[in-house]
Amino acid sequence: MSQTPAALTEIVEEFTEVPEADRLELLLEFSRELPELPPRLAEHPELLEQVVECQSPLFLVVEVGHDENRLTRLFFSAPPEAPTTRGFASVLAAGLDGAPAAEILAVADDMPQSLGLSRALSPLRMRGMTAMLGRIKRQVREQLEA
Amino acid sequence: MPVPVDENPAYAQYAHPERLVSTEWLAAHLNDENLVVLESDEDILLYSTGHIPGALKVDWHTELNDEVTRDYVDGEGFARLMKAKGIARDTTVVIYGDKSNWWAAYALWVFSLFGHEDVRLLDGGRDKWIAEGRELSTEKPAARPVADYPVIERDDSQIRAYLPQVLEHLGNPLIDVRSPEEYTGERTHMPAYPEEGALRGGHIPTAASVPWARAAAEDGTFRSREELEAIYLDEAGLKPGDDVVAYCRIGERSSHTWFVLTHLLGFEKVRNYDGSWTEWGNAVRVPIVRGAEPGELPAQLAGRA
Repeated sequence: MSQTPAALTEIVEEFTEVPEADRLELLLEFSRELPELPPRLAEHPELLEQVVECQSPLFLVVEVGHDENRLTRLFFSAPPEAPTTRGFASVLAAGLDGAPAAEILAVADDMPQSLGLSRALSPLRMRGMTAMLGRIKRQVREQLEA
Repeated sequence: MPVPVDENPAYAQYAHPERLVSTEWLAAHLNDENLVVLESDEDILLYSTGHIPGALKVDWHTELNDEVTRDYVDGEGFARLMKAKGIARDTTVVIYGDKSNWWAAYALWVFSLFGHEDVRLLDGGRDKWIAEGRELSTEKPAARPVADYPVIERDDSQIRAYLPQVLEHLGNPLIDVRSPEEYTGERTHMPAYPEEGALRGGHIPTAASVPWARAAAEDGTFRSREELEAIYLDEAGLKPGDDVVAYCRIGERSSHTWFVLTHLLGFEKVRNYDGSWTEWGNAVRVPIVRGAEPGELPAQLAGRA
């Protein structure tokens, strides 16, 4: 059995260790750090999948490598006027980008709940986050099977 | 001293012009003593990325909703919130937000449940303020002196509808303000795609589909009265004097339509059904219609109104 990527586990700890009131501030910091799309993707938005469950436009694409560990890259695009969506995309980017495909599949489906934001954020928002993770895992599975 | 209304001639066409202020007006009145500006966004982190100088944030989810019951705060909770924000009963409140004031209108509607008299919307909202290159601040505004706000019992009887009242209302005009896909009941339901928050898709029988954002122009301001009448009267078939219920998914988008019908077009009996589709689409044995047509009332309810 694969383990959740260590980087993601650390981020979850980072969130749960700060008082509830500071978690949104932390999410805001993450939103500022979401990496830009590389030009080859920025010029081809049709390669990205929209997460329609998010209240704001969020697009993502997964690239599973062909190396032995199937190291996986994740790319996200979300507008600056959607900091909450960007923040969560950024958590996943920092926590999962470059991890082996099997480790990404090992992430619990309800991982967004573990950030301790369920009181501060609306249920729909939480569902958007869960959907983002769900789509990532689906893309990983599809590419492993291809 | 009372805060003057925005005498912008563009607003004279509306039924209640005093409910709107322009970005120019707000920029000139930011320092008025008896004025509090509130930002109410769909994305609750947006305020922290920069807001109108001096504006306070109001969080619809954690501040206006009751934490346990699916309801709004009660009179005591509202009074506590107002005091903390330095708002007195006679304070003029101007609310603005993202997405053509979608959540700003929701906050305004909740203020109206408590009969807060002078509450206005910034026409065009956050986007227009930014598009015009006006100042934004990330500074936390200095706390206003704690104000005295009386405990006012919320009055749900005039502008809010509960599910049984919507059933009673069937036969009278209903406006469904959700997207066309939500209205028809189309679903995105595939493996690894999370399901929507309702067990059934579709709309309340006879409801006219008027997505809320049609009331907003490109720049986020409200459309002219003439344009609004073409949408809601000519197209959706509302007639002056109608008793109308508007709904969406949880009552936020329909607050925007409630504002348009009530304050811009002057309908006197408009209720927002905040239970909306997340209640109706999960309720047992309420009538539902699928597809693009408004549909008919079930036989046992037809011919009532």
